[in-house]
Amino acid sequence: MIRIRGLHKSFDGLEVLKGIDLAVERGEVVCVIGPSGSGKSTLLRCVNLLEEPTSGSVTVGGAEVTDPDVDIDRVRRRIGMVFQAFNLFPHLTALENLTIAQRRVLRRDRAEAVRIGRDTLRRVGLTDKETAYPAQLSGGQQQRVAIARALAMDPELMLFDEPTSALDPELVGDVLAVMRALADEGMTMLVVTHEMSFAREVADRVVFMDDGVIVEEGGPEQVVAAPRHPRTRAFLTRVLDPAAARVGEVPDKGPHDARTGG
Amino acid sequence: MAMTRRQRARAVRTVQYAVLAVVLLVIVLAADWGELRRAFFDAGVARSLLPDILTTALLNTVVYTLLGFGFGLVAGLVLALMRLSQVPPYRWLSVAYIEFFRGVPALLVFIALGFGVPLAFQVALDRYVTVMLALGLVGAAYMAETIRAGIRAVPKGQMEAARSLGMSHGRAMVSIIIPQAFRIVLPPLTNELILLTKDSSLVYLLGLSLDQYELSKFGREALNQHRSLTPILVAGLCYLLITVPLGQLVRWLESRTAKAR
Repeated sequence: MIRIRGLHKSFDGLEVLKGIDLAVERGEVVCVIGPSGSGKSTLLRCVNLLEEPTSGSVTVGGAEVTDPDVDIDRVRRRIGMVFQAFNLFPHLTALENLTIAQRRVLRRDRAEAVRIGRDTLRRVGLTDKETAYPAQLSGGQQQRVAIARALAMDPELMLFDEPTSALDPELVGDVLAVMRALADEGMTMLVVTHEMSFAREVADRVVFMDDGVIVEEGGPEQVVAAPRHPRTRAFLTRVLDPAAARVGEVPDKGPHDARTGG
Repeated sequence: MAMTRRQRARAVRTVQYAVLAVVLLVIVLAADWGELRRAFFDAGVARSLLPDILTTALLNTVVYTLLGFGFGLVAGLVLALMRLSQVPPYRWLSVAYIEFFRGVPALLVFIALGFGVPLAFQVALDRYVTVMLALGLVGAAYMAETIRAGIRAVPKGQMEAARSLGMSHGRAMVSIIIPQAFRIVLPPLTNELILLTKDSSLVYLLGLSLDQYELSKFGREALNQHRSLTPILVAGLCYLLITVPLGQLVRWLESRTAKAR
């Protein structure tokens, strides 16, 4: 479904991705983990060309995204994207958030878009919120609307960019439950996340990135439960038991570029 | 002598009220109220202005302003999009336009249009078209900058979300970015509308016939005719009749859209 070869990306001379090779098969759930600034969000954003790679190629479902002559809007229709900050359209209700692209991009008529919109809101457990504006919803509800907005387009692939990082801890569960159900239905998913329990239980494969390269990849029972590489081990120790860390134990690269979001 | 916080607060307030009272007293004592009343509050003159000041002058002010605002809004949006264009000449043109019309007094623009356009093109433009052009061309320069600021104030994630759904750049602008930008700039745009209402007093420079008088021209004509300042006061109140409800309208719109933000 996704083929990434020799992917490099630099921002103003700062190399964020230093040669990534990664393949995601249809129906596979791949979680990307790693410290802030490791380039995992940039990798995800290169898949639907929100960031333009400096070099290398990205192919999604047979279409080469990095080809300058590709109809990128057409490719993006098949790729759902969920953002850390939700990015719901604040001037539209929950249902309108789901119908606008169906109508304007897929040219579905109003009745069909509304029917699909309602069905999709039901899938994420928000039937009663269709007339609510994003500002009237909790973070967890907003993120579920955002997932539904992507799903209403019938994507073949879903990208998740730290979907629970902006949520209060008690709201994370609802969002993860929706993602888990989606994985169970066989959706192809590429997920950048800090939720190790999700990666361990749902992912078919886990990719650990650090400093712009893939350090280690494999099944979750290996990468999360029994990491081989010392960098993976150090990272997981920190994430799984942050209270046990000692000052200066792991080098902190300092504030990273806000554009890459980690 | 030490004062407690409460004592000090009371003392400061007392001084402030005292200053206010003195200033008001001086004004009240110094002004010649009888003279003022004769000049500005002549009920007979005020009555003679009705109903024309409402049915002609006020109506014309509103019509001129709306024509200018409508044209200015569209032109301002186009200029704002040109200013944000990837194509450099569009940006240059937009900047040049904005700098020119923002930097030149509206008075000169009106004179230039009123006399220049008929000379240049040998056409007698309809009065309403000329007014629309004149007010709109000036308003557009200010509105372009306001709208551009609004477009830039829409978070970057909105465009990314729209593009991720497969929308083209243009579609995303029309459906997602511009509607939000207008909500953001609704208060400053209403400010432009209020300014334009007052600028509409300059259309007399284009030459108006009696039934085309707007409030200011009407007021000045009546001033000459009656030898009384009352028409000026009445015209001023008429402007407030437009601008004060406008302010209320914005407040209502703001509270309504606050829900959706």
